[in-house]
Amino acid sequence: MTEPAVSAEGLSKKYGDFQALQDVNLSVPAGTVLGLLGPNGAGKTTTVRILATLLTPDAGQATVAGQDVLRKPAEVRKRIGLTGQYAAVDARLTGRENIELIGVLLHLGRKAAKVRAAELLEQFELTDAADKLAKNYSGGMRRRLDLAASLVSRPPVLFLDEPTTGLDLTSRMTLWRMVKEQVDSGVTVLLTTQYLEEADQLANRVAVIDKGRLIAEGTPDELKRRVGGDRLEVSVTDTSDLAVVTTALASLSAEQPTVDQDSRTASIALSGGIKAIASISAELEAAGVEPLDFAVRRSSMDDVFLALTGHSSAASDDGDPQQQDLNANEKEAQSV
Amino acid sequence: MSEVITDSFALVGRQMRHIKRMPEQLIGLTILPVAFVVVFGYLFGSAMKVPGGQSYQEYIMAGIFAQVMLSTISTTAVGVAGDLSNGIVDRFRSLPISRTSVLLGRTMSDATLCTWSCAVMAVVGYGIGWRAHEGVLKTLAAFALLVLMGFTLSWFGALLGLVLRSPETVSAMSSIIVMPLAFLSNAFIPLDGLPYWLRTIAEWNPLSTVVSACRELFGNGTGATSDALPAQYPIPGAILLLGLMLAIFIPLASRAYQKAAAAR
Repeated sequence: MTEPAVSAEGLSKKYGDFQALQDVNLSVPAGTVLGLLGPNGAGKTTTVRILATLLTPDAGQATVAGQDVLRKPAEVRKRIGLTGQYAAVDARLTGRENIELIGVLLHLGRKAAKVRAAELLEQFELTDAADKLAKNYSGGMRRRLDLAASLVSRPPVLFLDEPTTGLDLTSRMTLWRMVKEQVDSGVTVLLTTQYLEEADQLANRVAVIDKGRLIAEGTPDELKRRVGGDRLEVSVTDTSDLAVVTTALASLSAEQPTVDQDSRTASIALSGGIKAIASISAELEAAGVEPLDFAVRRSSMDDVFLALTGHSSAASDDGDPQQQDLNANEKEAQSV
Repeated sequence: MSEVITDSFALVGRQMRHIKRMPEQLIGLTILPVAFVVVFGYLFGSAMKVPGGQSYQEYIMAGIFAQVMLSTISTTAVGVAGDLSNGIVDRFRSLPISRTSVLLGRTMSDATLCTWSCAVMAVVGYGIGWRAHEGVLKTLAAFALLVLMGFTLSWFGALLGLVLRSPETVSAMSSIIVMPLAFLSNAFIPLDGLPYWLRTIAEWNPLSTVVSACRELFGNGTGATSDALPAQYPIPGAILLLGLMLAIFIPLASRAYQKAAAAR
């Protein structure tokens, strides 16, 4: 239909011997959100810096809002907003002064800059704190101010580099809501994140990046389906009941149920929907087995990440290292 | 061009607000120069003799003025490295504003602070007996030269901050650079007693030239006879040297800014 708001072809970048980015292709249709998902050092920031004209790639080309990033960086800058990994606000200015300064630098004129600042402060729920120094802001408020500062010129394309890293859940949800408002008003967003949940919440499509390469792309649902979709998980109190559960689950699919003896849990890919759940439930009741837990587990983006990269995302540090090894082995087995 | 000026002034406004918010920075800019005048001019002056019989207070003031201008290197470098590490440089670079204005805003405001330091030192200097003898115009010209020197060194500081990137490295490095510049010059001592090679280096030190030019403009006597070119024509020499330095530092700093990235 129309050309994508952001597109990149064959982007590569080396820092000394370190290949930060290798042959990355991206395309973000106008008005949508692409989540660039990957662990620390995967190349997310490098990608954003190249697209935001801050860094020159060794190879490849890119256009943002119809302008060539390498040939017309000044035109690109007129059409983008960038929120970097740190909240790039001047701590020794007030929230209002921060936004007004950007407005003046964008040549809105002092009066218009004031009006625009008041508008953005209102929109990002910072009006009460507008005349406090930014150094006294909470982490979430700084991020909001940073986001507001990147929107002064009403750019059609917005780059968000790890916009909620280090924030608590409430602040993250507030920021997500505000990003969604921007998307609703037609802004195209490229978002990098290590939080799988964030990509799941905000992104129409997700590109998974690891060690400088794109390793998968699709909608969050497509990616989840790729690692097996929903699973029915049943755990019991007695080990003796586990065999009954396993047999019952085995009737659902040609596949053998996965059994974990330690947690006395058996699980299987769920294909039959609610009927399958009902039949298992009836079968267990007939056998007199009272499950400790009986749950449908949707595969999360974490599962996607593990399956694709062989290691857990850096942000989920509660990941069991043993399980990570297991997955790494699995991946090796698959690739052989 | 007019946009560069508007942008730069908006950024000067930002720096001035910083000063307002952190009066301790202004205290630093006031106490340090006062301390220099008192220590070098008053305390040392009681024990020093300058060839030619003039008072050490008269001789030393131009040196103290220039020495304090040197501290602009670290002021600017630390400020730029700070903006770099907290992402503000990235923000500015992602905006459609000229890269010159960001650095020009910074260097102009740091030069403004030089003006303040000069004013403070002039008052304290007057208190300990320093006088300018050549009239208002020449006195003002000397101060203008000092502020130009501050502005030039501020560009050097910007380059330093952009290249070294971390504020910690910057403060360590700038004192290493400032020390020899300050003391291998005629700021505090007449150069007559130095071995020939050392004396040549000191005579060609831009700081010496500016100091000699100021001494001439203040009518404080140059205190030394030398056949080195910058010592013979200190006023044009100083303007030429500072202009040359600006012609080198401005493009280098702008280039470094264009490629600037925070330390990882």
